[in-house]
Amino acid sequence: MRARVFVTLKKSVFDPQGRTIVDALQSLGYQDVVDVRQGKYFELDLATTERAHAEKLAAEVADKVLANPVIESYRIEVD
Amino acid sequence: MRFGIVVFPGSNCDEDALYAARDVFGQDAEYLWHKDADLKGADVLILPGGFAHGDYLRTGAMARFSPIMAPVRAFAERGGPVLGICNGFQILLEAGLLPGAMLRNRGLKYRCEHVYLRVEQTDTPFTSAATAGQVLKMPIGHGEGNYFAPPEMLKTIEANHQVVLRYTDPQGRVDEAWSPNGSVNAIAALCNDARNVVGMMPHPERACEALLGGVDGRVIFDSIVRSPKGFALQGIGRRLQPSQTA
Amino acid sequence: MIDAKVLERHGVKPDEYERILAFMGREPNLTELGIFSVMWSEHCSYKSSRVHLRTLPTEGPQVLQGPGENAGAVDIGEGLAAVFKIESHNHPSFIEPYQGAATGVGGIIRDIFTMGARPIALLNSLRFGALDAPGTRRLLENVVAGIAGYGNSIGIPTVGGEIVFEPTYAGNPLVNVFCLGIAKQSDIIKGVASGVGNAVYYVGAKTGRDGIHGATMASAEFDDKSAEKRPAVQVGDPFMEKLLLEACLEVMQTDALIGIQDMGAAGLTCSTTEMGSRGGAGVEIDVSLVPQRETGMTPYEIMLSESQERMLLVAKQGREAEVERIFEKWDLHAVRIGHVTDDGLLRVKERGVVVAEIPNRALTDEAPEYHRPMSEPEYLREARQLDLDTLAAPSDQNATLLSILGSPTIASKKWIYRQYDHMVRTNTINLPGLGAGVVRIKGTDRALAMSVDGNGRYCYLDPRLGAMLAVAEAARNVACSGARPLAATNCLNFGNPERPGIMWQFAKAVEGIGEACRALDVPITGGNVSLYNETDGKAIYPTPTIGVVGLLEHADHVVSRRFQESGDAIVLLGEGRGELGGSEYLKVMHDLVRGVPPALDLDAERKLQALLVTLAGERLMRSAHDCSDGGLAVTVAECCFDTNGIGAELSIEGAGVSREVTMNTAAALFGESASRVIVSVVPEHVTTVLQRAAAAGVPARVIGQTGGSRLRIAVAGEIVIDQSADEAERVWATSIDKHFAHRVA
Repeated sequence: MRARVFVTLKKSVFDPQGRTIVDALQSLGYQDVVDVRQGKYFELDLATTERAHAEKLAAEVADKVLANPVIESYRIEVD
Repeated sequence: MRFGIVVFPGSNCDEDALYAARDVFGQDAEYLWHKDADLKGADVLILPGGFAHGDYLRTGAMARFSPIMAPVRAFAERGGPVLGICNGFQILLEAGLLPGAMLRNRGLKYRCEHVYLRVEQTDTPFTSAATAGQVLKMPIGHGEGNYFAPPEMLKTIEANHQVVLRYTDPQGRVDEAWSPNGSVNAIAALCNDARNVVGMMPHPERACEALLGGVDGRVIFDSIVRSPKGFALQGIGRRLQPSQTA
Repeated sequence: MIDAKVLERHGVKPDEYERILAFMGREPNLTELGIFSVMWSEHCSYKSSRVHLRTLPTEGPQVLQGPGENAGAVDIGEGLAAVFKIESHNHPSFIEPYQGAATGVGGIIRDIFTMGARPIALLNSLRFGALDAPGTRRLLENVVAGIAGYGNSIGIPTVGGEIVFEPTYAGNPLVNVFCLGIAKQSDIIKGVASGVGNAVYYVGAKTGRDGIHGATMASAEFDDKSAEKRPAVQVGDPFMEKLLLEACLEVMQTDALIGIQDMGAAGLTCSTTEMGSRGGAGVEIDVSLVPQRETGMTPYEIMLSESQERMLLVAKQGREAEVERIFEKWDLHAVRIGHVTDDGLLRVKERGVVVAEIPNRALTDEAPEYHRPMSEPEYLREARQLDLDTLAAPSDQNATLLSILGSPTIASKKWIYRQYDHMVRTNTINLPGLGAGVVRIKGTDRALAMSVDGNGRYCYLDPRLGAMLAVAEAARNVACSGARPLAATNCLNFGNPERPGIMWQFAKAVEGIGEACRALDVPITGGNVSLYNETDGKAIYPTPTIGVVGLLEHADHVVSRRFQESGDAIVLLGEGRGELGGSEYLKVMHDLVRGVPPALDLDAERKLQALLVTLAGERLMRSAHDCSDGGLAVTVAECCFDTNGIGAELSIEGAGVSREVTMNTAAALFGESASRVIVSVVPEHVTTVLQRAAAAGVPARVIGQTGGSRLRIAVAGEIVIDQSADEAERVWATSIDKHFAHRVA
């Protein structure tokens, strides 16, 4: 199965990259873009066909390695 | 005193730290390869700067899984003095030996320059030779030194007087304009609650010889070299009053 | 199967194809044609430039290794060698600025450690269009980030360099990178393959399709379709390179290697043929053994790939396990992909079946060599005309000074160099912005100074003189730090050599470099040629950049540009002649690139440099700053900067170049006469300094003294510059930052 892990800075953490991008977009005339959060995206190829196992594995890897819980949160999609 | 310099693949200030300890301060110093779970009898550990494992995921994120980190952690828990410089600081954060995390610099750019630092705490093994309030000029070189801790954690850190150095102006006043990276509360260096583990973004090993343009980094090495072994254990509980608050 | 279209796609000319047929005695297959095309490209074969490069001086008692190896090497005493080279990455940096610049840094670092030297310093020479022109900031920002991203990570300090903004480079920026390393002389290792049966190893990153035909791309002009060639861009991995660097240096300590070479331009093809050719041997490899990042790669693609961070090495028989073990320690896998043969052929197999077989010599020594037609370009006659009397003479010299100090080419480059780690390795004793980069050599008393310089404007107006001035300036910068210039490396950036005017510029510049290097005793030990620097048929200014390396016997004798103390005498070494041709003044104030560049008396230059080394060695000068771009007023102003506000007061004569008094004043202040240096001297040493100068045959006189908070300059007895030093510094220090203050990401 394949798991996709999306890691972003927590809402409470200032994201200087996202801020810079949103400023740039607004100065280009995209006033309707009100905020940008930049993050990281991981694709995991998993040697399992069990959805529950895949989700558990991806969550464990995200918790332990891919995201830093002090500043980041993550979301997982499995298919 | 015997220094152990931990070498991760991608460490690049390991030689500088060894040179400072051995050639400038005349101490024993040895590299500790990250794959070896052996501290070779070191009295003090330095996690040097660099970009361990490429820093491709997050700075310091992979290094904490290296075999050497188990004995490093045990050494720290026994009260052994551990200094993380730059990437070494980032590794200590990721390993949970120090609280908080690093974000990219406020200006989103790598910064290499001299900064001014105010000594906040002198009851750590790496600042005992300094005086509280003393202003030091030292180089930095990092792209991710924007220290962050969530509000509750920050409160605890300040309440425990764990902030060891803050970025200031040349007169020792905290001023946003003089912060190179936007760190919360202008934090440049931090210790753990037991005070034996210190992480700092500035590079003291780059400021130990007049030929290199400054010697303010010497006080960090002088502190550890002059203190009796096991300083940190004795040091607990004799915290000085904070000289000022940010 | 090989028709005119295939040849054209490979950049192989019909007459070149005839030569290929003659060498092969048959029609080559596509893989073989691909191999020929990259090896015979301008980038790898130097086919247009070789006949000229041969005239350069490359020898001297100090030279341990001249051109032809991965890098040059010079003797720096105590059994040590300085190994250094400069290389261009112009085309890749235009197509993908971050990765282009990053892989340029990666490539030059590999060239240095391939020689058995530990890289300890980087410099770069960058040229962009006007800073306020569209696109420049993005290019600059990404090129700088690319250099920083690679150099900072791998832990090699970028200790200096130069950056020029000039409209001619708008469509074709120049990214030249210099690296210097230190080796024990006995440890220097070369890129040779020899010893029949010895194993040929591949180590480093896996091979992908990236960079295929990078070498031929670097040999063609840009046009609208360049964007389509994007997949040819390579991506750098500094972490992999750091592992390679440490592992290779460790392997080299074992004496288990015959030779080693990095896979740069033309990748596996170039490394196998060059190593075989140098060792007078053949090399046989099987591409199916090459570690691959992508599936389904053909022998053609594997041989031509320019994936980064890969090395080829030949191990001594019986020492293979030792070599493999060291690479394993660094999590790298050395893979045996072939062996050395005695037949002088490059033989490529795929799962045992021969897919290409070419005599090495046909690809290297026997590659085409052209005596291309040359003629003096027509623009020169007009461009060299300069009548100062027709120009509006400046009314306010203070305002002129500030305008020039704020010109991005002159202004402080701190915004740029603070993005580079310039202090790692704790050797940097002259920080960027203070003059030549100087690094001490641990374990000795010594230090090495290095500087890269070029002046496209001068070369445009007189390629021969301009190139001589570039050599002189680089060597002078080194001498200003107190170091004795030892040797040079060059990076020759020019347009399309198939045009006689460009070829003429090239030939004249090489002549000038040769003459200056001979006179100043700085032989050329290597370098690189970058041709076809054109966009839509418009060539850049001819731009040779010269890197000079010098030796300080005592590191603590190092001298910087900064005034040290108030009350010191300001001494001008050399003489001003009010030469404004090609100057920053003309460009900034009159938007002109015109006239004849400053004259250069190489004998006077040599004496001046020798004097500087003497004065530094006797600690008689407290600061020294080369007086070049922007002239004397700008030079003295720069001596005041970063000093916590030391000002200066001086008095000079007017020039006699115009009917207008104010123009003569401007020429005295901003003229760029060569072979001049501003030094500051403690009052009690002034007599000695003047005596030393007289003995050395160098004109010298006290023109003022340091102190106060203002920069005050009298010309012909009248104070024409009276300016707060702080205010002047603010203009100079913030000019480049300002361009990035309110910008879109």
